[in-house]
Amino acid sequence: MGMTMAEKIIAAAAGVAETKAGDIETVTLDRLMSNDGTTHLTIDMYNNLKNPHIAQVDKLVWIIDHNIPADSPKTAASHKKMRDFAKAHGIRFYEGEGVCHQIMVENHVRPGELIFGADSHTCAYGALGAFGTGVGCTDYLYAMVTGTSWLLVPETIRFNLHGKLNKGVYARDLILTIIGRISANGANYKAMEFVGDGLKALSIADRIAICNLCVEAGAKTALMEVDDVALDYLKEHGRQPKAIYKSDEDAVFAEEYDIDLSEIQPIVAKPHFVDNVVPVKECKGVKIDEAFLGSCNNGRIEDLRVGAEIIKGKHVAEGVRFLVVPASRAVYNQALKEGLLDIFMEAGAMVMNPNCSVCWGACQGVIGEGETLISTGTRNFKGRAGHKDSFVYLASAATVTVSAVAGYITEA
Amino acid sequence: MGHTLVEKIIGNKVGHEVRPGDIVTVPVDWCMIDDIMVPFAVQKFEEMGFSKVANPDSVVLIYDHFLPATQVDDTRHFRVGDEFAKKYGIKNVHRTDGICHQLMTEAGYVKPGDIAFGTDSHTVTYGCVGAFSTGIGYTEMAGILGTGELWIRVPETIKIEIDGTLPGDVTSKDIILRIIGDLTASGATYQSIEFTGSTIESMSVASRMTMSNMSVEAGAKCGLFVPDEKTCDYCKIPYDASVKALRPDDDAKYSRVIRYRAEDMVPVMACPSLVDNIKPVSQLSGTKVDQVFLGSCTNGRLEDLRAAAIILKDKHVAEYVKMIVTPASRKIYREALHDGTLEILSNAGCIITTPGCGLCCGRGGGILSDGEVVVATNNRNFLGRMGTSKVQIYLASPVTAAKVAIAGHI
Amino acid sequence: MFEAKIWKLGDDIDTDIILPTEYLAMKSVEDMKPYAFSPLRDDLAKNIKPGDIIVAGYNFGCGSSREQAPEVVKALGVSCIVAKSYARIFFRNAINNGLLLIEQPDLFDEVAEGDIAKVTPGQEIVVNNKSYPIASLPENLMDILNAGGLVKAMRHKNGLE
Repeated sequence: MGMTMAEKIIAAAAGVAETKAGDIETVTLDRLMSNDGTTHLTIDMYNNLKNPHIAQVDKLVWIIDHNIPADSPKTAASHKKMRDFAKAHGIRFYEGEGVCHQIMVENHVRPGELIFGADSHTCAYGALGAFGTGVGCTDYLYAMVTGTSWLLVPETIRFNLHGKLNKGVYARDLILTIIGRISANGANYKAMEFVGDGLKALSIADRIAICNLCVEAGAKTALMEVDDVALDYLKEHGRQPKAIYKSDEDAVFAEEYDIDLSEIQPIVAKPHFVDNVVPVKECKGVKIDEAFLGSCNNGRIEDLRVGAEIIKGKHVAEGVRFLVVPASRAVYNQALKEGLLDIFMEAGAMVMNPNCSVCWGACQGVIGEGETLISTGTRNFKGRAGHKDSFVYLASAATVTVSAVAGYITEA
Repeated sequence: MGHTLVEKIIGNKVGHEVRPGDIVTVPVDWCMIDDIMVPFAVQKFEEMGFSKVANPDSVVLIYDHFLPATQVDDTRHFRVGDEFAKKYGIKNVHRTDGICHQLMTEAGYVKPGDIAFGTDSHTVTYGCVGAFSTGIGYTEMAGILGTGELWIRVPETIKIEIDGTLPGDVTSKDIILRIIGDLTASGATYQSIEFTGSTIESMSVASRMTMSNMSVEAGAKCGLFVPDEKTCDYCKIPYDASVKALRPDDDAKYSRVIRYRAEDMVPVMACPSLVDNIKPVSQLSGTKVDQVFLGSCTNGRLEDLRAAAIILKDKHVAEYVKMIVTPASRKIYREALHDGTLEILSNAGCIITTPGCGLCCGRGGGILSDGEVVVATNNRNFLGRMGTSKVQIYLASPVTAAKVAIAGHI
Repeated sequence: MFEAKIWKLGDDIDTDIILPTEYLAMKSVEDMKPYAFSPLRDDLAKNIKPGDIIVAGYNFGCGSSREQAPEVVKALGVSCIVAKSYARIFFRNAINNGLLLIEQPDLFDEVAEGDIAKVTPGQEIVVNNKSYPIASLPENLMDILNAGGLVKAMRHKNGLE
């Protein structure tokens, strides 16, 4: 019987010829990413081990991205703990260089790899055909110490993408539509696989945005077939695939969806659930206090270009704070070169240093009681962006930017 | 007997001669209220029972300490400010444009000879253009909002004269730190400082700002520079007779005159945890550093960023050390984008944040923890100012800060 | 005349010590009280009792213009501060909040924490049977102090009290 992409990656990582959904495999991990959200806790547990050691230090990547620059002594102390540990053990370490998933895709992820990240949006690495999945610190610690972990082989939901997104419609709208359709737990424990001719027209930035948000449908991982677009990206970044897998023709899928990209419309996810999606026009007129363009979902150069084109020569509405946060230093530098940062600054936006910003609801740009944020971030849970009684709408870079200019939610 | 500059400014405003020790009520040209103090000033204003703001066009609200907001109650301050501005017809509101003390002159408010009060101690900064300006509390600010005036005691003046040419690696920051060290943190309390001499004359307005800004760290009520052509260019006003009249008389009486030779100046730092604990950088060398901060109303201007960029070009911040750069205003950020400064700084590994007070006010922008050492270009190194009381803060010039960032130690 | 227990601090007690920036935006001064002086002495705010006085050296209140500093000291119930000198903004802010400040050059060097002071405003402070002379404030400041602070003085001016 054929195997899915997810099954093939796990079989290779487990050193077995074959595996199938529902099996539990012991796998060797290719990479282990951890950020300042939880690494200090992992270190505390590590230090309590009887014989602490790191199986393969060159597989570890540690990234300070959530609260950078630090906003409190507590944060600073956890950063120091992480920095000192990384230095002492020679762990690959990034601080203030950008959002962890963007750094991983730019510098580390290779097709065919199996990657644990101590962050739920690790599933973003599927954009390059890698099996990335989020884990807690205990799982992370076990993998760090042994180099291995156990994994329940997931069933796969397959999405066949056809056609092209219309102008003014973005990958963000597509994935929000999908999450709305299958619901916030529609892919629990499962892999979401994206294939089809529709993939060709999607950039790596689009693919990351799609895979990244799959966890919001509960998915264990997201995977995209590796094609020339992915291979070109890898080549540009000086890397080779580990292995390229495709699901077999006779592989078994839990469900299959056919999606015509040309039917996708601009969408927002309303408070307080990611699957609470409606067409943008249904929210038109909702007054906003803050807008956010950034995050591991939509902080790439392509997103900044979309925003800059819209806001060029215009101005952020009075009383609205518009945060523009490039996802990495590479994105920042590129946006600087292209004049995008200046366009945003001229328009009254606040260009920030690359970090997780208000998507994570701490450190930068938190919103207050009763305030409303429109965001390209990953989540709109109650209180996610600040005060417990505040409101977050998720939308594309285009919708966020036009809304920032209007002062209320509106269509591009 | 002649008058000092501060006596002239105050005398011009009240319409008669004044002498140190006189208590006079002055009309107020500018009221600056920053975001931290907005709700408190508004509350006091309302408690006082005023029904209107005496002169709404003289009021400038600036949101800078809480941007980007790090705590959920921060944005309440913006809301209170916006509502107050709307209710009383205040048009001058800067919501995301940068640090208040940078904006008050940069955005064209304060001019030579003006009298300005602000709800922040570094309001003394506007002395750089020959204005009398000083920090007050929010209750007094509420009183000015209602009455348009404030009583002040005319201060004595300390004259500080600096002549000659500064060594290449010495900046106006090193001068003012040296002066504070010599005067001590309370040496100029209640007094005005007048900065004069050929070194001062050849300085940019930006460099002068660094010195007027920090004069409060010696306790001064204000730190004044005689307005000259450079001042007028910066303020976009003609260098005419009214400006030229803003200078001390030759026979003005000073409480103290201190003279320096620029050639004797060396790069210095204010060591933990007092601003007047000044030591030459050479005596501190080897001290390991965790973070460097370039920014603030003291040293977040274009010339400061450029000075750092010259040193950091084609180099990199030391491993495991962070260098945080926070331009003082939106305008400066954009200018530094245009002239390539930010690109150099970014390539060198600096973390470039959005304009605002940043780390200097201790509510974000690179807070530190126990045992960490920071070299910073701002104005205060008080215990606990940038994190816990076990953080060691050294204050330095942008040049020194950039060098430290590359080396990873002083 | 009143009698008060002395809490002794040093020179250059700055406004970040009196109230760190972190706590400035709390909605009321009551919320801020526990954090007063916390960078210097964690337990001081807890132990100060209404009526106590603070004795300090030079340049008390240097630094920021944050009026929360004198307000929080007043809220702790401190009846007056006796220091060798004050930073000017703190001085004005204290008067405007009705907090009595006394300048005295010698007292600080000669008394210990826990000593009891007998304060007669405008005249003298007696500690351990020694009298330390103190001056009165200028008239315009006494007017504000006697009104109970600037807010009350302004309310009076606006015909509200």
